Amino acid sequence: MRPFDYQRADSRDHAGQLTAGEHAQAIAGGTNLLDLMKLQVETPQTLVDINRLGHREIEDRDDGGMWIGALATNTETAVHPRVRSDYPVLARAILAGATQQLRNRATTGGNLCQRTRCYYFTNIDQPCNKREPGSGCGAIEGIAKLHAVLGASSQCIATYPGDMAVAMSALDAQVEIAGADGGTRTVPVRDFHRLPGDTPWKDNVLEPGDLITGVTLPPPVKGRQLYRKVRERSSYAFALCSVAAIVAMDGDTIARADLAFGGLAHKPWHDPEVGQVLIGQKPGADLFNRAADVLLRDARGYGENDFKIPLARRTLAAVLAEATGVEL
Amino acid sequence: MSSENRVTINGEAHPLPDDPRVSLLDMLRHNLGLTGTKKGCDHGQCGACTVMVNGVRINSCLTLAVMHDGDEVTTIEGLGTAEEPSALQQAFVDHDAYQCGYCTPGQICSATAMLEEIANGWPSDASENLDGTMKPSAEEIRERMSGNICRCGAYANILAAITEVASGEPA
Ligand SMILES: Cc1cc2nc3c(=O)[nH]c(=O)nc-3n(C[C@H](O)[C@H](O)[C@H](O)COP(=O)(O)OP(=O)(O)OC[C@H]3O[C@@H](n4cnc5c(N)ncnc54)[C@H](O)[C@@H]3O)c2cc1C
Ligand code: SF4
Ligand code: FES
Ligand code: FES
Repeated sequence: MRPFDYQRADSRDHAGQLTAGEHAQAIAGGTNLLDLMKLQVETPQTLVDINRLGHREIEDRDDGGMWIGALATNTETAVHPRVRSDYPVLARAILAGATQQLRNRATTGGNLCQRTRCYYFTNIDQPCNKREPGSGCGAIEGIAKLHAVLGASSQCIATYPGDMAVAMSALDAQVEIAGADGGTRTVPVRDFHRLPGDTPWKDNVLEPGDLITGVTLPPPVKGRQLYRKVRERSSYAFALCSVAAIVAMDGDTIARADLAFGGLAHKPWHDPEVGQVLIGQKPGADLFNRAADVLLRDARGYGENDFKIPLARRTLAAVLAEATGVEL
Repeated sequence: MSSENRVTINGEAHPLPDDPRVSLLDMLRHNLGLTGTKKGCDHGQCGACTVMVNGVRINSCLTLAVMHDGDEVTTIEGLGTAEEPSALQQAFVDHDAYQCGYCTPGQICSATAMLEEIANGWPSDASENLDGTMKPSAEEIRERMSGNICRCGAYANILAAITEVASGEPA
């Protein structure tokens, strides 16, 4: 690990000032950042410990929604009684990720900002446009099993690896960000992560000095909430494909279908057109296939990850069948 | 002695290291000679370094010692001794729940905290319901212990040892 200066922020403004500096980075749980610092993928010169800022509360909101503080641990969120009862898709997504030891340290803000697990990104001897702009992308013609089939660019085909944010995307949660200038802004989780485009080094919309203070969950909606994660072993592995779903029926037709997908793109993938195919229709294999056609209309594999396209189709169908009570 | 710039380990206060790069794991092993806690991967992947901080299990390799000002850390050395082992330590011996023993301290620290989590009703990915009483079934224990890898593959006996303590009956 490269030497760095350790600073403990004692207020939000202080944290903003410190992290706005060049080569400065916030540390929350440290489970992603320290891992990458040991690999010299991340080389901050100033490490700003934000753990004493508060922002750890999980609270009810007046409108019936909830507030999840940026420093709340993944465990605290997943075991919160109201998260379990009203937002089970979120509790399930968190519990499907990492291990208990990691979830006990991992925070809301850090989880949203976790970096890709692309093997070229984490190996500093390899070319990677995300780590070193202009050096090329090792994965496009290389080992790309974990990589994107939707929304990739010729510069980068990495995936966002997390689970929590996929559920938050299905729930249409909002990220609250405090800027270095003292202002705050709210960004939907659906718009928080970026597609790689020509600037793959930018994972999300945060600017230097920005701090996530928390995430707002909208009031709970009726319907079944499911999180299905497909991975190479049954525990403790990143998603090859995951589906977060909130599906409500009205009689024998689908009334609501809020869906988000993990493991397929540089961000949790939310495509409103997929829900539109389903709403007002009777559930069944043909309908699920049509929804998958829409989801995957621009999908493209890179050899090793070609399997993700049929896998996403089948996972979507399985989740919709379970949510609507249809036998496939 | 104030808790300023100190971390309490197994009941004893220690000054934090000067070099902020020192992980909690390296502080335990190198600075304090508490070599019960093991370094397997140093990247959060194996669980050999599991300790409890303020009663909660974490990977000590992925946290900086300087971040633990005022915290209470419990390591395998704090759970029991050869003369007076904890229930889990004794059960691991009785069930031969290891081969090389390298993963064992992490397994025992992890399982100690895990039984508490089950008692507190925390769900896991294997739980059918998110609410209600959590049972220490084999499926639950396997999922909840998935962060502790055993390269020797002593899993069957690890499960038996934990099951015995969880159920209060010989397995
Ligand atoms: C072996 C292993 C397996 C894993 N498996 C999974 C998995 O299956 N699913 C999954 O979702 N995750 C998984 N993870 C990733 C884990 O969930 C993340 O490491 C964790 O959520 C990061 O949170 P943290 O608080 O530790 O972040 P840190 O490491 O502290 O920070 C990560 C990044 O976020 C930034 N940051 C942190 N907080 C804020 C804030 N408030 N505002 C702005 N920026 C901030 C930091 O500057 C840094 O860039 C795994 C990790 C490991 C090591
Ligand atoms: S896919 Fe993205 S992260 Fe991976 S090597 Fe290419 S540019 Fe780097
Ligand atoms: S040494 Fe910490 S998890 Fe492997
Ligand atoms: S006993 Fe050897 S690694 Fe578990």
